[in-house]
Amino acid sequence: MQTLVAYVENKPGVLNRVASLARRLAINIDSLTVGPTDNDQIARMTIVAHTDAKGGHRLEASLEKLVDVLLAENVSERSLLERDLALIKVRADQQNRPHLMELIKVFRGRVVDVAPDSLIIEVSGTVDKIDGLIEVLRPFGVLEMARSGRISMTRGGDLLQPPPQDVPQSATV
Amino acid sequence: MKLTGAEILCESLTKLGVRDLFGYPGGAILPVYDALGKSKLHHVLVRHEQGATHMADGYARASGEVGVAMATSGPGATNMVTGIATAMLDSSPVVCITGQVSSKLLGSDAFQEIDITGITMPITKHNVIVSRAEDIARTMREAFVIANTGRPGPVLVDITKDAQQASAEFDWEAATPKLPVKRKQKNFDQAEFDRAVELLNTAKRPLILAGHGIMVSGAMKTFAEFVKSANIPVAMTLLGIGCFPANEKLNLGMMGMHGEAWVNHAIQEADLLIAVGMRFDDRVTGDLRTYAKTARKIHIEIDRSEINKNVAVDAALVGDAREVLESLLPHIATREHGDWLARIAEMKGDSAVRDIQSLPDNGHLYAAHVINDIWKATNGEAIVVTDVGQHQMWEAQYYHHNAPRSLITSGGLGTMGFALPAAIGAKFAKRDAEVWVVVGDGGFQMTMCELATIVQEKINIKIAIVNNGFLGMVRQWQEFFYDKRYVATPLVAPDFAALANAFGIRGERVSNRTDSINTIRAAREYPESVLIDFRVEQEDSVYPMVPAGKGLHEMIRRPNNPLVETATEP
Repeated sequence: MQTLVAYVENKPGVLNRVASLARRLAINIDSLTVGPTDNDQIARMTIVAHTDAKGGHRLEASLEKLVDVLLAENVSERSLLERDLALIKVRADQQNRPHLMELIKVFRGRVVDVAPDSLIIEVSGTVDKIDGLIEVLRPFGVLEMARSGRISMTRGGDLLQPPPQDVPQSATV
Repeated sequence: MKLTGAEILCESLTKLGVRDLFGYPGGAILPVYDALGKSKLHHVLVRHEQGATHMADGYARASGEVGVAMATSGPGATNMVTGIATAMLDSSPVVCITGQVSSKLLGSDAFQEIDITGITMPITKHNVIVSRAEDIARTMREAFVIANTGRPGPVLVDITKDAQQASAEFDWEAATPKLPVKRKQKNFDQAEFDRAVELLNTAKRPLILAGHGIMVSGAMKTFAEFVKSANIPVAMTLLGIGCFPANEKLNLGMMGMHGEAWVNHAIQEADLLIAVGMRFDDRVTGDLRTYAKTARKIHIEIDRSEINKNVAVDAALVGDAREVLESLLPHIATREHGDWLARIAEMKGDSAVRDIQSLPDNGHLYAAHVINDIWKATNGEAIVVTDVGQHQMWEAQYYHHNAPRSLITSGGLGTMGFALPAAIGAKFAKRDAEVWVVVGDGGFQMTMCELATIVQEKINIKIAIVNNGFLGMVRQWQEFFYDKRYVATPLVAPDFAALANAFGIRGERVSNRTDSINTIRAAREYPESVLIDFRVEQEDSVYPMVPAGKGLHEMIRRPNNPLVETATEP
């Protein structure tokens, strides 16, 4: 699995270009998240792809060839903070509800919706942690689940910033 | 100054230095055609939109400038797809302009509406849809920058009809390109550079693999200096032909599937390969597991995504070929490589005796002879545009190109039907040049409608049809690998000379070796276009041949034809 972070132009069709490129390279995308940055012209992507280091390099280098991609970097080998967010609707009745609450606490999840027969749990963290919680909830009956996909950031002073966009361009062509 | 979007487009093209463009009108591009009529631009009316893209491509390859093709929405746009993909695979700077239905109708399946930006996304360097007249000038400037900088490629600009009709202020100065500013890539570090220099100066059996990138970056002079100061022999890719003169002693010829035997053996025996502006295509490497096992590799390439893609390299110098070669030049030690060059000469000698040129006249006409005759008659100075197949390989083997951009051919995509329209484009780019089309009877029939374009435009090009009555290269594969089961390769053709006459073009037919050179000479003297139908040996094959998936050294060689052996006797 390879993780890439990309800064892209925030405009229609860019997501399509990125996804289309991965398809062309026969690389399966495990998760792709897009969100705004503090510059509304630029969006940030985290791409998790089913491929090896060579595929990761190809994806990175090919992404940067797209006109709308300002920067793409394979961060798989770097010290990385990764987060996934999940909403999990689980079956809950009067009897098992206290036990369920205990488990949720262990995983630092939160109950964000309560209904007579079910709860919605919000949990964030690494993929492993969320997968772990889902495993222990399964016996209660997981009714529905939504996951955000991964967002990633390199730790400490290892900064990944979009290149400044206010550089004057040549008027010769 | 207020102009309509269509007028802005024509003004922009004029300001961008466009003189000729190739296209076909239709409903969604009509406002542009109306404006074209009032502009100084010369529009070449093609007979099929695929032809327009190949012409723009041929124009771009002959000149190094952006070629422009134009079509209407829907089928006009989809007909361009093959030509766009051809330009993409061979890194050719082409800008395609398509009309699109009005922006209010987008997504409604309106008449002749098609999502052409969606369709061409994977086969363009970039594409864009424009739906406001005020965006047209800037977008065209951006399209030209994208198409012809870095690794060039096709750009498609889809302009809605309402954007063509609306009025906007035309201010060229204000419409500067506003392309996204990309991160500055560090191309290579000192250690990588030093490693490359070290490899170059210590190799005993070095070989340079010269590709299209040398032409694209305009590095011919620097490259020649580099080759001569390092005294390293040069092998060329198909698209690299012309980047280094064929009459230079260090030029060994073409590599790969139908490359010269001594070149392929030299690659397998080398201890260092210096790849410049090429991408280790499978037609060049053969089986990767046995490719150049004894060689270290240096890769000079502008496209970072090509590094280690097919062949792992020891030093990668990412950047413009000319700049990288210039920076290497002062560090090159002059060396003899005497034993290595002697070894190559020995291999070359062995091949020469098998050459079909040594075959005495046995009453048959061989394509190799025809091409060699064209080479002799034109002093090797023509622009030759080839299609795809056997004739293409024979041209690469038997027409010796000394000048860059003098061979124009579809390499990466291998598009049959490319030659005739691409030659028309090349002729517009180089009006004073002698342009020859070398094309098979199969490929010619794919785009022969463009003969009418030649007549309408009154241009002078010479067309040599290498007519063997087969889809020759496929037939060759069937002969070698499918036990001579010739399925769907025998090909009926019209009387090409009579067909040419019907279009208003002089047509000739040649079926023996003695008539060949005279007919070629007469065609050159004739002030208008001439088509010559060369009836060549039907079941001749291109040798050597590396079967697909085999190693470069596992070539099929020309069989020991008794006639050839006779020819080599003293």
